[in-house]
Amino acid sequence: MSADAYLTLAGVLFSIGLAGVMLRRNSIVAFMSIELMLNAANLVFVTAARYWGVIDGQIAAFIVMVVAAAEVVIGLAIIVTIYRTRNSASDDAPNLLRW
Amino acid sequence: MSAEVVLFWIMATTATAGGFGMLISKKSVHSALWLALTMISLALLYVAQGAAFLGVVQVVVYTGAVMMLFLFVLMIIGVDSAEVLVETLQGQRVLAILAAVGFAALLIGGFARSMPGEPIGLAQVDAASGGNVRAIAFSLFSDYVMIFELTAALLITATIGALVLAYRERLGEHRTQRDLSRDRFRSGEDPGPLPAPGTYARHNAVDTPALLPDGSLATNSVPSPMIARGTVRPIDVAAAEEVRQIAEGKDL
Repeated sequence: MSADAYLTLAGVLFSIGLAGVMLRRNSIVAFMSIELMLNAANLVFVTAARYWGVIDGQIAAFIVMVVAAAEVVIGLAIIVTIYRTRNSASDDAPNLLRW
Repeated sequence: MSAEVVLFWIMATTATAGGFGMLISKKSVHSALWLALTMISLALLYVAQGAAFLGVVQVVVYTGAVMMLFLFVLMIIGVDSAEVLVETLQGQRVLAILAAVGFAALLIGGFARSMPGEPIGLAQVDAASGGNVRAIAFSLFSDYVMIFELTAALLITATIGALVLAYRERLGEHRTQRDLSRDRFRSGEDPGPLPAPGTYARHNAVDTPALLPDGSLATNSVPSPMIARGTVRPIDVAAAEEVRQIAEGKDL
């Protein structure tokens, strides 16, 4: 099976994630959309590893997963901290730096 | 049609459905579950592409740990915290959808054709080192060992960062059980547990207030939310009268 179909799927998933970040105002759902984009990128890495017959793409995907795990921990901690001070999970809530 | 093609079309459908479900679900918990569906579908696609190890890691780390963490935070923040649907920027929604669709067209039209022809496949690599896991291990601990070490530092930093962010400084002194007990007796009201509902009454259901020896209602025996909601069961007059007579020493 050619790589085109996999890359198309990755493109569609990435665009859904992009739309989610732009459309959803709940910070947790926006954060989930970022995870979806990372997953789409991972699919490209795995597809590329198979296409060129080298394992390096899978290593890259593995590193992305590790970094994503660290990112989720910090991101959710920030969301909880904002929720404590603003009592809201909306992206519009933190507006102290607005002019 | 090969088995992989069939698997791809099924998993591509569920993955895309999961993505759209996450995008349009009103409740965040539903979004999280839709995203979990997408991630499981992607795990199967990884396995189909010869990345068995990554498929397992995807299920364990992403669907297991990361989505679990998301649900955990949703519990903290409140499952039913509704999303504000008011557009703060005029026309932002339409423009965002247009941008996303345009970007998708760009990716599908250009990027998706960047790998033409049949893939080489990982059969040779796997055969050379004896399996997918061993191939990854050899590569990770030789060529990429520096990056691997750096991820360790990253994870430690993330852990400490989360600890710092979640730390809340205690305002005032720590109150021990001894302090709480002393306060309870000093205040003079209800040093012991509250009366159980239904005592002396004909029912012992939670919504039935207990009757005091003089026949009056013990309102603190019913959970206060029930009183606020008005779902407390009324005591029939006969029961109250009966209790009053017992209190006066009459033998019934």
